Amino acid sequence: MNGFHWDWAFMWEVFPIILSAAKVTLLATLLGSIFAIVMGLVFALLRRNSSKTIRLSVYWVVEFIRSTPLLVQIFFLYYVMPEFGISMSPLVTGVFALGLHYGAYLSEVFRSGIDGIEKGQWEAARALNLSKLDTYKDIVLPQAIRPMIPATGNYIIAMFKETPQLSAITLLEMLQMAKIIGSENFRYLEPFTLVGVMYLVFSLLAAFGIHQLERRFPKEGFSLK
Amino acid sequence: MEFGEIVSVLLQGAVVTIEIVAMALPLAIIMAFSFGLIRLYASAPFKQIAIFYIEFFRGTSALIQLYWIYFVLPFFGITIDAMTAAVVALGLNIGAYGTEVVRGAIQSVPKGQFEASIALNFTATQRLWRIIMPQALVNMIPPFGNLAIELVKATSLVSLITIGDLTFKAKSLADTTLQVGEIFGVVLVLYFVMAQCLMFFIKRLEKRLSKGLGRGGIHS
Repeated sequence: MNGFHWDWAFMWEVFPIILSAAKVTLLATLLGSIFAIVMGLVFALLRRNSSKTIRLSVYWVVEFIRSTPLLVQIFFLYYVMPEFGISMSPLVTGVFALGLHYGAYLSEVFRSGIDGIEKGQWEAARALNLSKLDTYKDIVLPQAIRPMIPATGNYIIAMFKETPQLSAITLLEMLQMAKIIGSENFRYLEPFTLVGVMYLVFSLLAAFGIHQLERRFPKEGFSLK
Repeated sequence: MEFGEIVSVLLQGAVVTIEIVAMALPLAIIMAFSFGLIRLYASAPFKQIAIFYIEFFRGTSALIQLYWIYFVLPFFGITIDAMTAAVVALGLNIGAYGTEVVRGAIQSVPKGQFEASIALNFTATQRLWRIIMPQALVNMIPPFGNLAIELVKATSLVSLITIGDLTFKAKSLADTTLQVGEIFGVVLVLYFVMAQCLMFFIKRLEKRLSKGLGRGGIHS
């Protein structure tokens, strides 16, 4: 019956180690979300390309990425890419995998955000002889960003919760750290519970932050300059 | 190893993956409906329990829940085999997301339907099961379909607690044969095919359910 009780002393011993591993988790999430936003925009804009072949192939690429497991994609990038001469560290692999996977999800958010811009705005931009780049940069995106915030935020939180899968390619993030501590001390209760609580706290904080961000964002859009 | 052999080993893994989905999906649906309805209609203390369940399973990650059930529960004297742990963890996780689907779909049924069923003197049970549910079910199908695909993808996590599913088979084949390209390529395609098949059935189910509704008259 060893371990039936909660050992506070052990928990406080483990806490700082888990906290230091949280930095890796947060770094992977941060870099992953930046990459995901970039990929999402690229996918979304390609879906609006004038060539039907490009539109269709991007559609199937996005569909493929979305309907296969992140874990297998992580393995693919980590084990198969070196065959093509591209070796990446676990962290870089993780950032690419998270970014691609959630980029595919975000592209749908961005696409519907851009589609939500009134037709008159496009026509006015055209009438004012704005270039394609200026139309996106000055007219469309500033208005489209606010309605995209909640869904984008939710996907970033979802990404954060999938970072433990990077432990499968030996990235020393929170869960991997907890597993090592657990196997060394034959006590999994405190480390795993602690990691669970950390995730809960971080995701609740992030959800609150996103809500604040959305509320403060000017409704009429803002200048990207 | 020849390509055909690789595919046949991977297909064995795919069968295990499908088994897990087949067991976890009913559990998720039961959890989604029971806690979704509790969240909507039960009295305060039960509602709090439901909210706790939903927030807990949506706020932490599926892999941690799986590890917790598999590695920590034995400390409490509850030893369960890997397969049960997998089904329970995935079922509870997807079920927690499902509660919101149930709740949203029920709330999206026009208010006039509630009022009309009260005016016609239906009992509360009749109102729920004969008026509200048939309409809400149609709205639930697409988001439940997405969750089912999420479940198929999430089953890959069980490979990390040594269940011989598709991902596990792929990983161990890759470790022994080093033919990583073919193996992981085939695995990705297999998952994609499973998800597409599932989507096909969901689309058909949606069509069928909404057909029945059309007869009733107004369907907004």
